[in-house]
Amino acid sequence: MHKKGTLRQILLITDGCSNQGEDPVAMAALAHEQGISVNVIGVLNEDAPEYHRQGLKEVEDIAMAGGGISQVVYARQLAQTVKMVTQKAMAQTIKGVVNAELQQILGSKSTMDDLPPDKRGEVMEVVDEMGETMNLEVLILIDASGSMEDKMLTVQESLLDLSISLNSRIGDNEFAIFAFPGKKKEVDELLSWSSRLDSIGKVFSKLSLGGITPTGPAIKEGIAAFARKRSSKRSFLSDDAPGYIEESGM
Amino acid sequence: MMPQDISKSPVCNLAAGEEIRGKWNKLPYRIRRRLGYGATGAVYLADSMNGSVALKIGHDQMSITSEVNVLKRFSKVQGKVLGPSLIDVDDWQTRSGTYPFYAMEYLKGETLFDFMKARSPEWAGILLVQLLTDLHTLHQAGWAFGDLKPDNLLVTGPPYRIRWIDVGGTTVMDRSIKEYTEFFDRGYWGKGSRKAEPSYDLFSAGMVMVNLAYPARFTRKSDPDRQMHDLRKNSPMLRPYAHILEKAWNGKYRYAEEMRNELVLLLNENDKRSVKKNKKSTVQKSTVQNRTRQSQKKKEKSFIAETFLVFTFVFIVYLFYILGQTM
Repeated sequence: MHKKGTLRQILLITDGCSNQGEDPVAMAALAHEQGISVNVIGVLNEDAPEYHRQGLKEVEDIAMAGGGISQVVYARQLAQTVKMVTQKAMAQTIKGVVNAELQQILGSKSTMDDLPPDKRGEVMEVVDEMGETMNLEVLILIDASGSMEDKMLTVQESLLDLSISLNSRIGDNEFAIFAFPGKKKEVDELLSWSSRLDSIGKVFSKLSLGGITPTGPAIKEGIAAFARKRSSKRSFLSDDAPGYIEESGM
Repeated sequence: MMPQDISKSPVCNLAAGEEIRGKWNKLPYRIRRRLGYGATGAVYLADSMNGSVALKIGHDQMSITSEVNVLKRFSKVQGKVLGPSLIDVDDWQTRSGTYPFYAMEYLKGETLFDFMKARSPEWAGILLVQLLTDLHTLHQAGWAFGDLKPDNLLVTGPPYRIRWIDVGGTTVMDRSIKEYTEFFDRGYWGKGSRKAEPSYDLFSAGMVMVNLAYPARFTRKSDPDRQMHDLRKNSPMLRPYAHILEKAWNGKYRYAEEMRNELVLLLNENDKRSVKKNKKSTVQKSTVQNRTRQSQKKKEKSFIAETFLVFTFVFIVYLFYILGQTM
């Protein structure tokens, strides 16, 4: 058995294009470099979906740069999507790590997909096991621009549903919620690191919906929040190394 | 990256007559028709060298590999055939990419809804008993089914038997459920976690029954307990099972066998009741019996009342006695 590690994810929920501050695609690449995967869910407007889909091209670019997964959906599909994206992203990161290990063992460019089906099944069991037992830190970034107003209740329910799923795992979970734009700053912290999302209703009542969409600065702030968490942990735990997965002695 | 629209993926649009050959085992399969598709891929009816098979082709290595792992385990659950048996696992190489697939036994049968359309309502109870029997075996082997719903079930036969056709949600006990559908998921209804345990499947099994009575399904309202209570009461098909369904809803059964045994008892009772309807004399007899039972109860009640009165009287006398002593 391997020791438990930690997976770090940013989950961005937005319905539009960024229009202020740093390029979100660049910020996602920066997060990826520091072992944080960036996943994006684009929320479509029911009235003009096709026109709107064009505007959400950025969603895909951010996820690709952030080594994560993107999905564009209607608000009503949000609960399923939030969960699916989070879990797929976990599996993808783990698979990346497993592939890297495989390349060390088997050499060249072999990945899990190149293995014969039998061997693949055995590796998959290891991946499943890791997905179940690893600790997970998810930082949720919510676009609180005016057009998201009628979707906020759905976002809130989706996150509650996510916490039900993740807290059914063996590994530990921690969530933090940030919204952008904030009241006075570009980004506001709504909920600092916590294992439960039960109090999430109160958090959402604090939201004030603004006009601008500073997606880039929001991702940057997300990275900083992970860094702060890591350094506060380091004060009493020194075996914390950067990378996708820590302490994964496979 | 994931495709945005699964129905447009090449694995969901294979034409009849097309031949697929695996990269590893080199076995050929000729597509006959598509049986269905879902989030992880499509299932086709195909001809292999050894007859008809169900062929599942996916676009995601990991989910297909997980499913294969589960199917392999199923063949190891001793003495019982639970899911379809696994025949071959391979990769299909095309110009647009490599797609994993597996061939399994093709189960011929009717969907739960079609089956029930042509039959009397007590069949619902009998199918549920069969389902619970299989669930018990699966749970004993250390697994929960997870995504239990009519779409993943089939009635084969005659002799009629409920069978599982999609085992993609099957999860090792105590882990988090891999795959589920909101309507059948207790997490969605606010009735518990998504941890793989017998009570998770039993909740879904109850909801399968509810779905048979309400094929259109429905969404959660502000008070799900009340909502379900009313729905059970308002359906003539569900009413006899209301007590059992409520216990499953509230996670009161710890083992599938517990729920199964209660259901079997109830079904046997129901048989007696339908006999009563046919023979008037027995109905009268039973009402007479009921009456005597009632009068017995009344007698018991009056006995309790008498005892109570005597005790109160004695107590009051005693009080007066004490008072008299202290004065």
